[in-house]
Amino acid sequence: MSVKRVGLPLMNVVKLRGTPILQQLLLEERLLRSSSANWCIVNDGTNLPNIVMGLSGKPCELVELEPVIRDRVPVIKRFTGGGTVVVDENTLFVSLICNRNDVPDVQPYPRSVMAWSGSLYSQVFNGISDFQLRENDYVFGDRKFGGNAQSITRNRWIHHTSFLWDYSESNMAYLKLPSRVPQYRLERDHTDFVCRMKDYIERAGFIEKTIKAVGTQFMLKELSFDEIDDSCREHLETTRLLTLDELKETLAKTTQNESIAQAV
Amino acid sequence: MALRMWASSTANALKLSSSVSKSQLSPAFSISRCFSSVLEGLKYANSHEWVKHEGSVATIGITDHAQDHLGEVVFVELPEENGSVSKEKSFGAVESVKATSEILSPISGEVIEVNKKLSEAPGLINSSPYEDGWMIKVKPSNPSELESLMGSKEYTKFCEEEDAAH
Repeated sequence: MSVKRVGLPLMNVVKLRGTPILQQLLLEERLLRSSSANWCIVNDGTNLPNIVMGLSGKPCELVELEPVIRDRVPVIKRFTGGGTVVVDENTLFVSLICNRNDVPDVQPYPRSVMAWSGSLYSQVFNGISDFQLRENDYVFGDRKFGGNAQSITRNRWIHHTSFLWDYSESNMAYLKLPSRVPQYRLERDHTDFVCRMKDYIERAGFIEKTIKAVGTQFMLKELSFDEIDDSCREHLETTRLLTLDELKETLAKTTQNESIAQAV
Repeated sequence: MALRMWASSTANALKLSSSVSKSQLSPAFSISRCFSSVLEGLKYANSHEWVKHEGSVATIGITDHAQDHLGEVVFVELPEENGSVSKEKSFGAVESVKATSEILSPISGEVIEVNKKLSEAPGLINSSPYEDGWMIKVKPSNPSELESLMGSKEYTKFCEEEDAAH
């Protein structure tokens, strides 16, 4: 242990691969609310395509319900804020759960946490094609490759990111253009707005560099999924999978409203 | 330092000339860097919620300092009426700028009214944090809990120190 690392707060690192996104999100929510440790969760791709909305997301506004229902694509509402993503084996996830007191220079507010994360990832993408945090997205130039979301409690916060290692156009077609878009998007459609991370950095190298960057501020301890203490489960759980019936009911109401609007 | 002196004299001038608002509160502007407003007559929690206690009812919301730091509020999650809240425990959440932030109740009690306007107009929390942006009304179960909360001067200083530390 080098002298400079003495006194750094501890962070548990959990590396997952192909873990279902619902399971990952439920784990994160539990660790945020019930654990007192710091956590870095890396999921190197999830197993199946899923749509994940933020806490306030409305399926009728964000999702193309007919093909989603037809293709039985799971739709999840997560506990953090932010927008809607479609994730699959080519999405990389990095989640950082921190005690407020262990990151004392960061105020427990969205902009402060976002700025801290931008600084962290600047180390990861140092020298790579004009990386920056732009509004609330990670971009190369003006093309988004990483979306962020947070949840802030009294003494802890989570900042988690889904990185577009690669994506399929057909999966992207499940999503509607949201009403709220960042200003820098301008009028660009999806294919002109996003980019594939694989065109800029090697996959294993990205994960290694991210963990190394986290290690500049924390003392790291790697844990396997099975080593995570899950004895405390008395916490509010807001992450959930929407049922097929809910989606069908939403589609029926949307169709009815559209019919009424057209008739008028 | 010059800015603080200007702000101090301005705050005093405003205090002297301000009229009492319809809620019978007189504004006392803080000398914080962001000039967030802090109202006299309210009590404040160190998690940035305010309480207005009138008779058997306490109205709760988040402060101007909090809404300023959170950014544009796009969604509010509030409890059901007739439910209960507990001191320093979460009773809901606001969503702003990609983040959900929990709201803690400064006191314990029964929720007797919820601000239904916030479901359609969550931005009221930003534009009117102490009036139209109120969140819940509570019948306090232990009014002595109010005594441990901060007054306006104490809360102003608390915000200044918190911002200065970052």
